[in-house]
Order: sequence, then C-alpha cells, then structure tokens
Amino acid sequence: MSGMSLGYVLVRSVILVLLLMGAFAYFMVLERKVLGYFQLRWGPVRVGPWGLLQPIADALKMVAKEDTQPLGADGLIFVAAPALALFVALAAFAVIPLGPTLHFGHLALPLSVANPPSGLLFVLAILSLGVYGVSMGGWASQSKYALLGGLRAAAQMVSYELALGLSVISAVVLAGTLSLTGMVRAQAVHGLWAMVPNILGFVIFVICSVAETNRAPFDLAEAEGELVAGFHTEYSGFRFANFVMAEYINMFTLSALGSILFLGGWLGPFGLPSSAWWLVLKMALYLFFFIWLRATFPRIRYDRLMSFGWKVLVPLGFLNLVWISAFVALGGWH
Amino acid sequence: MPPYQAAAVYLGVVAVVVLAITGGIGRLRSRQRTGAKQAPYECGVSTDAGVGPRFPVRFYLVAMLFVILDVEAIAFYPWGVRLRALGGVGLEDMAIFAVVLAIGYAYVWKKGGLDWR
Repeated sequence: MSGMSLGYVLVRSVILVLLLMGAFAYFMVLERKVLGYFQLRWGPVRVGPWGLLQPIADALKMVAKEDTQPLGADGLIFVAAPALALFVALAAFAVIPLGPTLHFGHLALPLSVANPPSGLLFVLAILSLGVYGVSMGGWASQSKYALLGGLRAAAQMVSYELALGLSVISAVVLAGTLSLTGMVRAQAVHGLWAMVPNILGFVIFVICSVAETNRAPFDLAEAEGELVAGFHTEYSGFRFANFVMAEYINMFTLSALGSILFLGGWLGPFGLPSSAWWLVLKMALYLFFFIWLRATFPRIRYDRLMSFGWKVLVPLGFLNLVWISAFVALGGWH
Repeated sequence: MPPYQAAAVYLGVVAVVVLAITGGIGRLRSRQRTGAKQAPYECGVSTDAGVGPRFPVRFYLVAMLFVILDVEAIAFYPWGVRLRALGGVGLEDMAIFAVVLAIGYAYVWKKGGLDWR
C-alpha cells in the first residue's frame, strides 16, 4: 500500500469518478424502464436499441439548455449549491471498498481509492453535508416553492440523521470496528451476515437511507404534486442535472454502505467464494428496492414524516442498540 | 500513500470535475435574459410579493434537539468499537448514560417538544 504513487492514486480517482457517473447514467435508464414496467408501459425505447442510448441524449439536452437564474436570486449561492451537492455526493464514495483486494502475482489491487481504518466516520461525516447543497439551492432561488423545498430537506435531515446514526452504531458494536473492510471481515469470521442478529438495525437503516436521499415516499423536498419541483424549481440545464446526479450517487453510497454493514458486503451467500460482484449484486437489489418503493408508496405528509422519524425510528433504534450491545457484551460474536 | 492522503487526492479530482462542470458548461451557450423568464416560478400567476426576509420555521425546536442528541450519539462510536474489551462494565456504564438520555427524551416528548407548534 505504501508503494502507491501519486500518479497511481490519480488514475484510480479518475476511474472511480467516471465509474460513478457511468453508473448514474445507466441507473437512470434502468429506473425509467423499471418504473415503466411497474406502470404497464415501456419506458424509454426510442433512443438506441431498448432505449440504451437515452443517457447520451439526456446529457446533450442538459448541456444545451439555457442556464436560467431568477432575478432576485443570490447569485453566488445559487451557483455554488448544485456544485456543492455533486461534490459531496462524489466525495462520500472515496473510502468505500468495492471488493476484497485483488492479487495478480506480486501486484495487489485494492478496490477502493482509500481505505482508512475509520472509513465509516468519513462516509457519515461527508454524507451529512449533502443537505447543505439542497437547502442552499432552495434558499438562494428566492422562490416560494424552492424555499419550502429547501426547508423540508433540512427538516428531513434533522429527523432521520439520528436514527441512521443509531442503526450504524449498532453495526459498529456488532463488528467492533469502524473500518469498512473490517465490517466485512467480522461477518466473514462469524459466517453470518450482520443482518441476522441486527435485523431491526437493517430495517431502520433502509428507511433512513430512503429519507436521506430524498427519495419517494420521503421525497418531500421536491414533491412535484405540491411544490412544482421543490428546491430545484428554478434550476435548469446542467445545474439541475448536478442535483439529480448528486441524488443518485448518494443512493449508490448508501446502498454500498447498507450492503457492507448489514448484508455481508462482498461475501457470497451459502459459503460461495467472495467477489466484488456479490457487492454489485447486493447494491443492485438495494437500488431496485428504492425504485420499487417509489412505484408503490404515496408521499408521506410532512409533519407525519418528522414525527415518524422522532417517535418511531429513534426509540426503535435505541432499543435495537440496547439489544445488540447486550448481545455483544454478554459474549455474542466474540 | 497513507489512506487519508489518497482520499485527499480523490477529493481534489472531484473538485476539479465539479468546477469544470460548473464553470465550463455554463459558458457554452448564449443567454437571453428577459423579464418573464427571470421571474420566480409561480404557476403562471405574476409574482406579487417576494419570499420576504423572515419566515417561521416550525421545527426549530426539533432541530435544536437534533443537535443535542446527535452530539451525544457521538459518544457511542468509540464505546461501540471497544465494547468487547469492556464487557459487562462497559455495558453498565453506557446504560447509566443512556438512561439519563432516555429521561430527557421522554420529558421532551411529554412536553410536546417533538410536535409542531
């Protein structure tokens, strides 16, 4: 590891950024396809075979659109907000390992840009900055809908971040480490995915990850039925695209985190050999679940969303933490 | 290269990409600024009043509670990592802390601090 030169790290960083953006482009197609099938229609089919060239058409359109800005908007913050949202989303993925270190003879190829011993804290710290981009964008637009959307994003963050933290702490207690590779190693040692003793923590994590990424049924920050488009009402072209990209890359980060913390990461089920493809498969199922939720549930009312976070998820998270820490302190998973 | 330096290099790459998108693409095409286009969107009705400098935030109390509880939750991370070594004593100590926290939480709930007002 110490032999990694600057150039090597640079190349790997560029590859990761391209990978995330490519995954975003094709996940968009997948989502539109899946939503289409849920609603008994075809989804995109016109651009390329089976609609597969749709992201190229979308990207061209986004780049070609005029960049509008409302008259009363706070110029600097208006421009900075989508950039910040995208920066934070991409940055959070820095420490996520996508698989076990590959070995080619002497050559070791770790599947992460960086793998610090407390990677989990890094991800959580960066993820919680995500709300700034959204609420700054909503505020800077100086439009009523956008402002309401930005405020709702903040309300959602204060309601779900704590429950998310509690479920992550239960995973930390169970594995006894803050390292993401360590998390998977702990699950490998015990031959059991952390989801099995910690099922409640997993459920809380899934609900909070939907809320954290502002996805339906918790998509109150954009709520197209009541707030036009919420915080990005006044954004057009590539600035709007930045917000969308940030939302989807945050989904990738949270699905990777959920798969590593609770679903055994790159460990295969039924004792099958571990491989990065297992993690990709688990993330894909996790992301499919996001789309499934969006196709199934209506949006929750704003005040109910807050009281659900505070009066249901937080107490449940605490109870789960009590159970998991008693389990560990009294000799489980030693 | 130590992991945090590698992460910093990655953050640098991300910053360059984001700045290129923000600064570069915006200059690619012409802008035509007209009055109606620059007005904030109001579903076709012309704007009579702006957003205004002050507005009530109904969840301010919840937001403050969030800051307090989230800071307290930080204490759980190092404890969680070391719980195996601490054993039953660690469990007792954290139980005392958690009970204090739970009393505060129950008080806030009973007083209606988690409701909208």
